[in-house]
Amino acid sequence: MSMPFYVSPEQLMKDRADYARKGIARGRSVVVLQYDDGVAFATENPSRALHKISEIYDRIAFAAVGKYNEFENLRVAGVRYADLRGYSYDRVDVTARGLANAYAQTLGTVFTTESKPLEVELVVVEVGREPAGDQIYRLSYDGSVTDEHGWVVMGGQADRLAGVLESGWRPGMTLSEVLGVAVRALGSSGEDGEPRALDASQLEVAVLDRTRPRRAFRRLTGALLEDVLGGAGAPGAGEGPSSA
Amino acid sequence: MVHSWSGPAQPSSGRLPHAFTTPGTSSFVEFLAGHAPELLPGNRPLPAGDVQAPHGTTIVALTFDGGVVVAGDRRATMGSMIASRHIEKVFPADEFSAVGIAGTAGLAIELVRLFQLELEHYEKIEGSLLSLDGKANRLATMIRGNLGLAMQGLAVVPLFGGYDLDRGVGRIFSYDVTGGRYEEHDHHAVGSGSVFARGSLKKRWRAGMDATDAVRVAVEALVDAADDDSATGGPDTARRIWPVVATVTAAGYLRVPDDELATAVATVEQTRSDVRREGDTR
Repeated sequence: MSMPFYVSPEQLMKDRADYARKGIARGRSVVVLQYDDGVAFATENPSRALHKISEIYDRIAFAAVGKYNEFENLRVAGVRYADLRGYSYDRVDVTARGLANAYAQTLGTVFTTESKPLEVELVVVEVGREPAGDQIYRLSYDGSVTDEHGWVVMGGQADRLAGVLESGWRPGMTLSEVLGVAVRALGSSGEDGEPRALDASQLEVAVLDRTRPRRAFRRLTGALLEDVLGGAGAPGAGEGPSSA
Repeated sequence: MVHSWSGPAQPSSGRLPHAFTTPGTSSFVEFLAGHAPELLPGNRPLPAGDVQAPHGTTIVALTFDGGVVVAGDRRATMGSMIASRHIEKVFPADEFSAVGIAGTAGLAIELVRLFQLELEHYEKIEGSLLSLDGKANRLATMIRGNLGLAMQGLAVVPLFGGYDLDRGVGRIFSYDVTGGRYEEHDHHAVGSGSVFARGSLKKRWRAGMDATDAVRVAVEALVDAADDDSATGGPDTARRIWPVVATVTAAGYLRVPDDELATAVATVEQTRSDVRREGDTR
């Protein structure tokens, strides 16, 4: 019987992180942006059934990139966690912070103890009554959590999209304006030039709308989405989304 | 019997327990049964003997053109005492259905909370609504789980009404304590005043009524029930306590506002006093 090779912990963790990062970078990006009446989520996703953006609870939503089976599993766990908590205590006692902690522990434990890390990156958002009350948590494959403000982009060529969002986003924008920025970011392409124009049928868009009474989550699809995108002709919105 | 529960179980590593990440069920009740069975209403051992607890009474439901009305009075009784004069016994089950409950009030309210959560949980996990029959069957399963308590006198008898999105009509389902589910046509009532309410509904219900008429017929049935049944509370004009009346249509669940109910109650009472003045003692 041969002795297993010695692998330093640093190398082991680095290998796992590289593996997870590669998996996450393969997919399409998800962008999350705050606007005056809530938080908007957008991604390029032609599927109407396999969602990357979902409702977790009254004022909490979830967005993910990476391997579908892995983040779908985490999404269901989050819904169960939130519903159990709300049933045991009260609906107002379900918070994004609690959920983000549970996810962080889960991701961290899997990263260090199991043979393969989860190839996912998540965002958990809770919309407040005021923009200052919005909470955006970004969770990485290794269980690290960051508290974000304004906008988040993850998956795919996240660094490049971050540049577009950085220059296009400012506080207090309307839903049409932030979706204009989101579509421009998602459609921007690599070094080989031509940005793509994305239309409503290629996008998965949802919002947490703080003005709604109980369940703040709403998907924007079809004609409704086209209307909102059509209103995105704000100054500086480079190529308007096609009206298809 | 004391059952302590100290929040969602967390193993030492802090990660979500395996029950949370096990794929399979879209049912919150099934998840609870596996992970925290002590939270299910039917799973608690009961001391022997009679339990005195507040009792909710009359619920009526009737269909109208394009939907269904579910209404309940505001009284809860405990023996010969009035336990509450403003209890609410009609709730939205989800956007397109309403549930009214007669029987042991505490258990009934817990059951409704669980039922609401069950429907919402399914909707979030599956990304689509259950069919109306599916919802009615889930409620039957939950009532069946309560049979042990029902045998000890703590029965819960719901009346479920909803808008069937596939067929475009309002439908009513009644239940017995064993979880038997029966679809009712046109109208139905449950609870102690139901005998009188049913008599009233039979005379007043008309095919093709609109929502306003249906609300008035529901209020009238509750007034009739309160007239002859001591456990059913009539509208309280002094305190301005009206029955809880809800309509469910293609536009969703809508609780009828108090001013509309005040008008409906006034109309019913006016009609009756007019009849008396004309010499007809009805």
